Amino acid sequence: MTATTLPAPTAPGRPGPDGAAGRPAGRTAGRTAWGGTTVLLLGAAYCLLPVVWVVIASTKSAGELFSTFTLAPSTHLWDNITALSDYRGGLFWRWMLNTALYAGVGGVLSVLVSAMAGYGLAKYSFRGKTATFNVILAGVLMPAVVLAIPQYLLLAKVGMTNTYWAVLLPSIISPYGIYLSRIYAAAAVPDDVIEAARTDGAGEGRIFFRLAVPMMMPGLVTVFLFQFVAIWNNFMLPYIMLGNDKLFPLTVGLSGLLNQGATQPAMYTSVITGALLSIIPLVALFLTLQRFWQVDLAAGAVKA
Amino acid sequence: MRPHTSVKAAAVVAAASALLLAGCSSDDSGSGSGSGSGAYTTPTDPAQKIELTYWTWAPGMDKVAAVWNKEHPTIHVEVNKQDGGDPAVTKLLTAIKAGSGAPDIMQAEYQKIPTLVASDALADISKDIDPATKSAFGDGSWNAVTLGSDAVYAVPQDSGPMEFYYRADVFEKYGLTVPTTWDDYAKVAEELHQKDPKAYLGTFSSTDAGWFTGLAQQAGASWWGVDGDAWSVDIDSEATQKVATYWGKLVEEGVIDNKPMYTPAWNKALNDGTQVGWISAIWAPGVLSGNAPDTKGQWKMAKLPQWTAGDDATGNWGGSATAVTTQSKNPQYAAEFVTWLNTSSEAADLLVSEGGLYPAALASQKSALTSPPDFFSNQPDFYSLAAEISGTVKPFTYGPNVDVAYSAYNDEFGKATKAKTQQAFGDAVTSMQKTTLDNLKSSGYNVKE
Repeated sequence: MTATTLPAPTAPGRPGPDGAAGRPAGRTAGRTAWGGTTVLLLGAAYCLLPVVWVVIASTKSAGELFSTFTLAPSTHLWDNITALSDYRGGLFWRWMLNTALYAGVGGVLSVLVSAMAGYGLAKYSFRGKTATFNVILAGVLMPAVVLAIPQYLLLAKVGMTNTYWAVLLPSIISPYGIYLSRIYAAAAVPDDVIEAARTDGAGEGRIFFRLAVPMMMPGLVTVFLFQFVAIWNNFMLPYIMLGNDKLFPLTVGLSGLLNQGATQPAMYTSVITGALLSIIPLVALFLTLQRFWQVDLAAGAVKA
Repeated sequence: MRPHTSVKAAAVVAAASALLLAGCSSDDSGSGSGSGSGAYTTPTDPAQKIELTYWTWAPGMDKVAAVWNKEHPTIHVEVNKQDGGDPAVTKLLTAIKAGSGAPDIMQAEYQKIPTLVASDALADISKDIDPATKSAFGDGSWNAVTLGSDAVYAVPQDSGPMEFYYRADVFEKYGLTVPTTWDDYAKVAEELHQKDPKAYLGTFSSTDAGWFTGLAQQAGASWWGVDGDAWSVDIDSEATQKVATYWGKLVEEGVIDNKPMYTPAWNKALNDGTQVGWISAIWAPGVLSGNAPDTKGQWKMAKLPQWTAGDDATGNWGGSATAVTTQSKNPQYAAEFVTWLNTSSEAADLLVSEGGLYPAALASQKSALTSPPDFFSNQPDFYSLAAEISGTVKPFTYGPNVDVAYSAYNDEFGKATKAKTQQAFGDAVTSMQKTTLDNLKSSGYNVKE
């Protein structure tokens, strides 16, 4: 859900060398577009109301949750957090760490692979380049959910299901990340710079890590965030891969608390509190990484 | 896959026909064939530690396993908690097909056992367990894990005889009497709904196939059957039609609710007293105390209403057994744990206190269930009444495609509860029959119509 609010640096097509050509000219300040503002406000309310609901609901006790007025907060937030932390010896926090591991490590590795592949596709010409890129493009269109079962069967062959690798390995390849990196590398890394570096005797690896990666950084941050959020929210892959609940990420763990079978009560308050706690790191990450985009905007304005 | 399925299908059919034969001759003669229990020794060298994984969704099982691990330093059981019966079975079958990834020990609902056996997922542990294990259980639950054959595919863990739960305080307030027959139930439902138009005596849940199956079981239905070497499907029977049209009429008249159970809305209704009754099973106190904690002490449990006054019958909803999978490398140790888990009084106490289960072992029912559940402390005779009820569960045969029948239930009754006509409820049963029968045939089973 959060992914849709990301500004995509490449969306308006390839920006020109000054980095600003793709951006709309900008309205003059002072005039308020009421129609647009209303739509945006409605959109904001639509996105934020569920969050408000989660915040309020997580303060209610199990009895209050279904009996008191929806938007009336209560005082049981701490009790709920304690109850959730007590569940099977603090398993929730382990899920939190697992998720951070899957999303963090998976995100970083995915950025590395995407950056290398994208740079390679953008800056080198080799046989089968178009075919490779087309296959990756097709991969963008293929929902990851569809691949979960084949991936399970493959990993089962090598006995790697029910391990951290089962979730990490498939997360590393992100067709969308490669696609984005290619577009970004093509636009942000001038061929002249690469040529100049080659003339000066720099190796290809050095050119990539020292020159291309810093130039691609805003794009790579975007890839990282996309992939981080995608892994953080991923349900199907870990759900299929993992049987041991000590390896679960938050999504699978929380869903398990709701689906205990007909003979057990669903732990609604714990799940709601857990959902609230699980979005805090995401919000923090977005707030801290936001400045990278601001850097990008500013950089575009003064480059030329 | 096709020939494989039919071979296993034949095996299941053979097993189930043995079940019918066993059912005909009432004395238990040939139980102790091939007893090889105790033919292995528990490893004493800590370096040879056996690791067993155990998939279960019952709460508190890690605590039960911890007790076992403490007493058996060389056989370590690791509990992996699962998401309830259906997801766990799907996962197990995927792992079995993939050839790796399955646990050693698996909780399996009774109705899933034929499916799992047909998929070659469960190991026959008859050689690994004490032949006397059989006598610890009632015939009904034991037949469910052997499918009536000499093989033993699991050891029964808990059972779910169905009962009627009601809000005693609301009944008193409106001067209602506890229904003993389904005719009474309909009258009470109508009376209640008249006195408080927001209140319902119950709901017809189109998402709980196990619940409806239990009600059909009480009415005398048995949805699958074995005839010679062929399966038969008998969902669209007089008994099932009777149950479906009965509820269809109540829904059509609007005197009971048509919303599914286990939804937030249903929880709210339990809390605010607009769901005044619940047709449920022995494990209901746990669900009620979790979902409607403030109604503690206001509920009571009674026998299920009967179709004919004076009858004494019920169905089963829920309940499961513990099985050893075919991927286990140490089936004999897994079987040892499974037997301890479900027959020892030490484990039984924990199953009750930590898991909230109603043990299937007869001795455990007496030893572990002395005082009523906390939520029903107002009903001191809770467990003695429950024991009486659990003896009246009607026989029922599950087939190898229960999942198909259950998802057909969700589809067809989902439509019927929206249509809200008695006719639609009857038609739903007919559609279920067709879907289940067609699937059984197309899966390569020998089917008799």
